[in-house]
Amino acid sequence: MGIDLALIWAVIILFGIMMYVVMDGFDLGIGILFPFTPEREDRDVMVNTVAPVWDGNETWLVLGGAGLLAAFPLAYAVVLSALYLPLIFMLLGLIFRGVAFEFRFKADERHRPFWDRAFAGGSIAAAFFQGAALGAYLQGIPVTERAYAGGPMDWLTPFSVFTGAGLVVAYALLGCTWLILKTEGGLQRRMCRNARPLTLGLLAVIVVISIWTPLSQSDIAQRWFSLPNLFWFAPVPLLVAAAGWALLRQLDGTPHAGPFLLSLGLVFLGYSGLGISLWPAIIPPRISIWEASAPPQSQGFALVGALLIIPIILMYTAWSYYVFRGKVRAGEGYH
Amino acid sequence: MSSDALLLARIQFGFTISFHIIFPAITIGLASYLAVLEACWLRTRETVYRDLYHFWLRIFAVNFGMGVVSGLVMAYQFGTNWSYFSDFAGSVTGPLLAYEVLTAFFLEAGFLGVMLFGWSRVGPGLHFFSTVMVALGTLISATWILASNSWMQTPAGYEIIDGRVVPTDWLAVILNPSFPYRLAHMGIAAFLATALMVGASGAWHLLRGDRSPAVRKMFAMAMGMLVLVAPLQALVGDMHGLNTLQHQPAKIAAIEGHWQNEPGAGVPLTLFGIPDMEQETTRYALSVPRLGSLILTHSWDGQFPGLKSYPAQDRPNSTIVFWTFRIMVGLGLLMIALGLWAAWARWRRRLYDLRGLHRFALWMGPAGLVAILAGWYTTEIGRQPWIVYGVMRTADAATRHGVPELSVTLGIFVITYFLVFGAGALYILRLISVGPTPAPGHAPLSGGPGEPRSPARPLSAASSSETGPANGAPARPTTQPGG
Repeated sequence: MGIDLALIWAVIILFGIMMYVVMDGFDLGIGILFPFTPEREDRDVMVNTVAPVWDGNETWLVLGGAGLLAAFPLAYAVVLSALYLPLIFMLLGLIFRGVAFEFRFKADERHRPFWDRAFAGGSIAAAFFQGAALGAYLQGIPVTERAYAGGPMDWLTPFSVFTGAGLVVAYALLGCTWLILKTEGGLQRRMCRNARPLTLGLLAVIVVISIWTPLSQSDIAQRWFSLPNLFWFAPVPLLVAAAGWALLRQLDGTPHAGPFLLSLGLVFLGYSGLGISLWPAIIPPRISIWEASAPPQSQGFALVGALLIIPIILMYTAWSYYVFRGKVRAGEGYH
Repeated sequence: MSSDALLLARIQFGFTISFHIIFPAITIGLASYLAVLEACWLRTRETVYRDLYHFWLRIFAVNFGMGVVSGLVMAYQFGTNWSYFSDFAGSVTGPLLAYEVLTAFFLEAGFLGVMLFGWSRVGPGLHFFSTVMVALGTLISATWILASNSWMQTPAGYEIIDGRVVPTDWLAVILNPSFPYRLAHMGIAAFLATALMVGASGAWHLLRGDRSPAVRKMFAMAMGMLVLVAPLQALVGDMHGLNTLQHQPAKIAAIEGHWQNEPGAGVPLTLFGIPDMEQETTRYALSVPRLGSLILTHSWDGQFPGLKSYPAQDRPNSTIVFWTFRIMVGLGLLMIALGLWAAWARWRRRLYDLRGLHRFALWMGPAGLVAILAGWYTTEIGRQPWIVYGVMRTADAATRHGVPELSVTLGIFVITYFLVFGAGALYILRLISVGPTPAPGHAPLSGGPGEPRSPARPLSAASSSETGPANGAPARPTTQPGG
């Protein structure tokens, strides 16, 4: 005994969601950047950089949902009921975005602009509603008798709209720096130009959320600004500043992988700030991972599979990225 | 929760899952078919197999994408719409779903990229391995989700502690009484539905006078599958029915529109009728004496409980499942008939000449999918009023959403699904109508409905293999300038 199954599962789910944010983040970012790249050839290259991997990236979102249901069914039930509308809108966005990968190559000329718009609109909607759901989650979810006790529109607040817009910026930056890594020539230069305002935008978003969150959530403020926590958390903003500065420096030269790795770092830091603010609550602000746990028979059974299989998944995912390594050029696409 | 809201929640689930199940069914069948085609190509090096592989791969790609996005909705809907069920039984269904994601979804997604786009990037062995992994993933996926669904039908291996399900024996949970039958029935159904779709595609081209080797090959392969599998499905279906009689007799009574037994008499089989839940009778019944006993008890005068032996609030809706079941069985019999006809034609060496056979095969194209839907309606509506049979009622499972938000989301789902999946179905039909073409770079592009290779016409016969996902595929840098 002594194995804290709930703790291990919380780590696995946090890892899964982080993988999702990072990986589907740059896929969605490409859709978000579509309106700023009107040329068809550029768009085809952009889509082709992620066509072989987007489906695997999105699977991390399914793992997040399934892991939550397996390990913390109460949290799955309550959080998903509370965030009903934003999650449904997110799913609808992902539907349009997902089918557009194939449809924009299968449609005839008249329909193709529609699926281009579906790709862009679906990506923006999915990112925005994910961010809005995250904001609403941060603000807390009222629970009575193991069920959501709020109304259908409680999720919609100025804060959640801001976090929604913030995530759109974050994903756009990930997509933009991914394209710097995967393309060359005019498209790459354009992305370098886009990356600068996006980086500044994301830094601004992080600053605003860092001020707004403690102002509106006294629990979180107390956690941040009490000693000794303050010393433990202090590196996060310092690292954000350092990563942002390095990213902007990179854009002055002829960058390759650097901006992408640094923007991954920025997103990761923002994500860890989120974890610090909530831990160990799984239904903020009160219900902890231990209170929401499935019976140990369920957590233990699923854990065996997770620990054995996730490393294998990471290996063949890495192999797939390796097969499709290198720059994607116009016309040579897989489509 | 109002009964209107419950009904809307059920319609929303039924609507989204009805669309969803079509795609995985075709995915399961096509993935295995593609693995067979690629194996044949590697063994024989006959180009007909490679051309068919690339032809069906394009269709597979479109279908797979639709399966992914519609499946994502399902994974979240259990929480958004059925939160009390998730809180109550998530300890069982959650780990099963988690295993499906870990062992199946990632496997499919991880190797799909190489399968679709890696023909010229990895060696033939590794590419074949990727195809096999995707096919394996679809079968593993079906196994887990059917374990979960079967557990809801015939729960086992659990206790209820503090008002929630606690699994006590995972082997018993997974291998619950109806699981083997349900898995076999659905697995075969997926192969059948795919064979019918492939067969109809071949038939359509044969009817239009295209007798190319690829068209003939796919028609022959599909009909061969049908001959073997359609009768097998009847056998498995019968065993599944007997299993249902043992564990969910009320469902069987509803399927048969059987209200009560006459003392000492065998149960007739009602061929036609309209079960009336209010009047507790089946109107306009057209019955064959004793046939019901013969089919369900395999004896002349065996009896099984009628609907009247259950309290009214525990009866599934016989009016619906009586008919969905008959649609499924009727289509199954037609599939057997098509298989036999094709076998006879083959024996007489007239498989590619009988226009009547081709027309029949064409009309039977969607029959497998319709039968799958009808079968699922039968088993799911037949499980009512329970969500976990005998343990939790559906009415207690739904999230307490109001009518307004449920109506709005249902409306958006309906519009989106018809638009998106309607377009997808259209694109699939168009890809099928183009037909298998020799891959560019390996064979001349002459003949057929070929268009000049122009990127402005992505669906023309020649260029579709450039714009299709399969594509770049056979393109070797030396012979193919690139799309």
